Amino acid sequence: MRALDLKLMRDLRRLWAQALAIAMVLACGVMVILMSSGLSAALDETKRAYYERNRFADVFVTARRVPESLMREVAAIPGIAASEARISGNAILDIPGRPEAAIGQIISLPLVGEPRLNLPLMRAGDWPANGSLDQVVINEPFAEANGFVIGDGFYANLNGRKRWLTITGTVLSPEFIYTIGPGALMPDAEAFGVLWMSRPSVAASFDMQGAVNNIALTLARGANEQHVLDRLDDLLEPYGGLGAHGRDLQISHAFVQTEIDQLENIAYVLPPVFLGITVFLVNMVIGRIVALERSEIGLLKALGYTNWDVSLHYLLLAGLIAIIGIILGWISGAWMARQMGEIYAEFYDFPFLIHRMPISSYLVSALAAFGAATLGAANSAVIAARLAPAVAMAPPLPPRFRRGLLNRALEALRLSQPTMMILRDIIRWPGRAALSVLGLGLATSVLVVANFFDDAFDAMIDTGFYQSNRQDVILALSEEAPLAALEEIRRLPGVLQAEAQQFHPVTLRHGALTKRVSIEARMPDADLSRVVSDDGTVVVVPPGGLALSHRLAQQLDLRPGDTVQAEFMTGTRETLSFPVIATVDQVFGLGAYTDLEALDAALRRAPRLSVANVTLDAGETEAFHAAIKDTPALAAAVFMSDNRRAFIETIDENQNIMIGVYGILGILIALGVAYNAARVQLSERARELASLRILGFSRSEVSYVLIGQVLLLAIAAQPLGWWIGAAIARLMTNQFSSDLYVVPLVLQPATYAVASLTVLIVTAVSLLPVWRRLIQLDLVAVMKTRE
Amino acid sequence: MPSPVFRTENLSKIYRSGEKNEVRALDGVDLTVFESEMTVLLGPSGSGKSTLLNILGGLDQATSGTVWFRDTDLTALQDRALTRYRRDHVGFVFQFYNLVPSLTARENVQLVTDVAPNPMRPAEALELVGLGHRINHFPAALSGGEQQRVAIARAIAKRPDVLLCDEPTGALDSKTGVQVLEALNTINDRFGTATVIITHNADIRRMAHRVIRFQDGHIAKVEVNDHRIAPHEIVW
Repeated sequence: MRALDLKLMRDLRRLWAQALAIAMVLACGVMVILMSSGLSAALDETKRAYYERNRFADVFVTARRVPESLMREVAAIPGIAASEARISGNAILDIPGRPEAAIGQIISLPLVGEPRLNLPLMRAGDWPANGSLDQVVINEPFAEANGFVIGDGFYANLNGRKRWLTITGTVLSPEFIYTIGPGALMPDAEAFGVLWMSRPSVAASFDMQGAVNNIALTLARGANEQHVLDRLDDLLEPYGGLGAHGRDLQISHAFVQTEIDQLENIAYVLPPVFLGITVFLVNMVIGRIVALERSEIGLLKALGYTNWDVSLHYLLLAGLIAIIGIILGWISGAWMARQMGEIYAEFYDFPFLIHRMPISSYLVSALAAFGAATLGAANSAVIAARLAPAVAMAPPLPPRFRRGLLNRALEALRLSQPTMMILRDIIRWPGRAALSVLGLGLATSVLVVANFFDDAFDAMIDTGFYQSNRQDVILALSEEAPLAALEEIRRLPGVLQAEAQQFHPVTLRHGALTKRVSIEARMPDADLSRVVSDDGTVVVVPPGGLALSHRLAQQLDLRPGDTVQAEFMTGTRETLSFPVIATVDQVFGLGAYTDLEALDAALRRAPRLSVANVTLDAGETEAFHAAIKDTPALAAAVFMSDNRRAFIETIDENQNIMIGVYGILGILIALGVAYNAARVQLSERARELASLRILGFSRSEVSYVLIGQVLLLAIAAQPLGWWIGAAIARLMTNQFSSDLYVVPLVLQPATYAVASLTVLIVTAVSLLPVWRRLIQLDLVAVMKTRE
Repeated sequence: MPSPVFRTENLSKIYRSGEKNEVRALDGVDLTVFESEMTVLLGPSGSGKSTLLNILGGLDQATSGTVWFRDTDLTALQDRALTRYRRDHVGFVFQFYNLVPSLTARENVQLVTDVAPNPMRPAEALELVGLGHRINHFPAALSGGEQQRVAIARAIAKRPDVLLCDEPTGALDSKTGVQVLEALNTINDRFGTATVIITHNADIRRMAHRVIRFQDGHIAKVEVNDHRIAPHEIVW
């Protein structure tokens, strides 16, 4: 090994604590790149393989009733490779031993053979016997959550009759990777199941003999999806087609894809923070080393080493730090990706998970890390290259302090000398002080972001469940019914209040912009399901008007006062125009709200309901559940307490991981910045501080100069950290919000306080080893060494 | 008469600090240093000795005038060529040793042998200065005299054509100082390396072939010693 390389290794060993502190910050960046890109690649690859093996469809359409004979025409649409016609519907399930009703989505199996598309993957047992009417295959999570084994069964409310269904097998399906029931916000495997039954059985249950209501298609290579969708819509319009859509609107796929996209986004948002801090830390530490090794640089040049040799020496030091960071980051990133993969595998119903970390992730993260380290060391390397050997060997000139305006102002304050030393140093090197403030500010901001999720989800739960949706149960009717049906619902045991609501699938059109959503129609005095704006006021939509969620209005470029066309996809398929009377910030979904009675008047019919919102007497819930299990006209019952529990449990789990990861990242940044800032200070000012001690200053007075300066910068960093944290939170609300839910930007004062307190404590702790060094300074030795 | 190794013509070096502040460190110096001779530069602080040594060694550039190393005009060389010149021809010894603290004695010498075209083994160089038994010690474990002898070993390991020493005994007591001078004398005798030594110690001049006295950036006087004394005869 060359002597210069030996020096390099020994320098690194001497600087191990500082190098490790930097490497850990760098490792965070590498880890996040690897974790997010590795995880998104794993999910993407798994999804792709699963879709391919089990022939997941490209196009989906639901209609009211399509004669089977039409399928020939559907299959003849140019660009279609394969098609599958099915009957699908919802039913209330009565599971032995479970007081609450569950909901089942029933899907028919082909008469012969296995499904051509969306092929369920058999996990246990077998398909129902050919022509069997009471055998069923269910999705595996539903079976596991309810403790079913093959041969068990449950009752289903099918077409007004309660039938016992026997489980012959359990499956997983590419259509239900993310299995979410009607009206639910999060998967609840216990309360919602997917049931596959023989075609004749399903046809009998939903009065669909000779007809289908659900079609899935795959496209031929190179086919134009939009053309196929348009042709399908034309073809199915007379049969109550609800609009054909691609995978993007298939609920399970949309959730999985959103997750993959979010993971990819994280790879762009967070790592630059860590890489930026690394640049700064490397710059600070290598800069100090070059200053300390002036005479060695001069010596090397005197010995005949070239400027490039000398520059490379310091670049290599940064490179070695990068290598440590990369190794730590690779190990932790690969581990994290695997751990998170396991969590995702639980949350999403994949039959397998392909852990394949793309080589490119390793390469990109390593390149980014080397780039950051090199950039950080570049300035010092150039300084080292430029130092003329004769100049380098002479001691450096003392730094020039000037009596500028700021200094005069300081003098006027009559501060103590140690305080003056702190302030003068900051004024003398404002750039360095500013970067320390920025680094510590970023640490605070990451911690603000960590806790921001807590605030945001609290707000989501509060407005979503306690302000807007205050019903205990949502009862969905199989068919729209006259308002009088509400009376029957009120007569169910335990019902305290019952209110009518309608949901209409529509296409909203504003100029060239269209969006497929549901219009929710309510009575003006609705008390259980309300539209609540973000300032807490209840929005009552005047008859004939439409209120839109902010996100929907944005997507359609609508403002209050504009008019929007609504093409109804059910009933008589009318097109109505509505004035937009308000836009409201909504947490869940793309809401469009109107007045029920006015809508029915416009549709020229008596007021009806498709959904009833109900509150219950807590003492009579069991009787209520028992009653609805036997009520034939119900397609689904959504229990808000279950809904809320599933939402909170899911969010909590994710959130704890988030807070954990972000918390550790924030702490590591604070540690890296504060420790290095103090260490460099000590190295630069050792003589100065030793002189103070010799002059009779006490240890605590001398400590004050060093510790005080870093703490002062840490305190100054807090407002900046809050501001950056809020900005990152805003960015994240945009990135994490989808048409499914909007993450509100809510930041409680406590969030800021916790973040700042954490950073200040971590700063203080990371100063301890430097402080120990300071008080153990060997005064004589320090004074003897040549500056 | 030996041939000249260094020759300067009207050599000047002016340091400017601020607009009007001008220091003439060297002011029109004409000088010749001969092959295989030991030359001592004497003079008070600020008289221009170190500046001259730095320019001869290619560490610094002259403001005006010319410097020849044998047939090469050093003042015409760019940075890259000067580096090459230092690497191939010059050995330096400094007052404060300038050892790299994180490298052992052997490794400090190796710093030079790694880049020099025809070096001796580091151990051989250290034996020449009487430190064969201390080669694996770090600088912190060596005395001042030992450290300076490591620096000399480092300077001679490349078999330089010239050895430039800036106050090599300046930081040493008389006993260790003599050891260092013995080492320099041995090298000069054995290899015929042209050696230039800056010193404040007027007695050291008596071991030189030639003594050049500096005053205010000028050469005040050049003396030739007919009778050289051995280093151990020098009194501090």
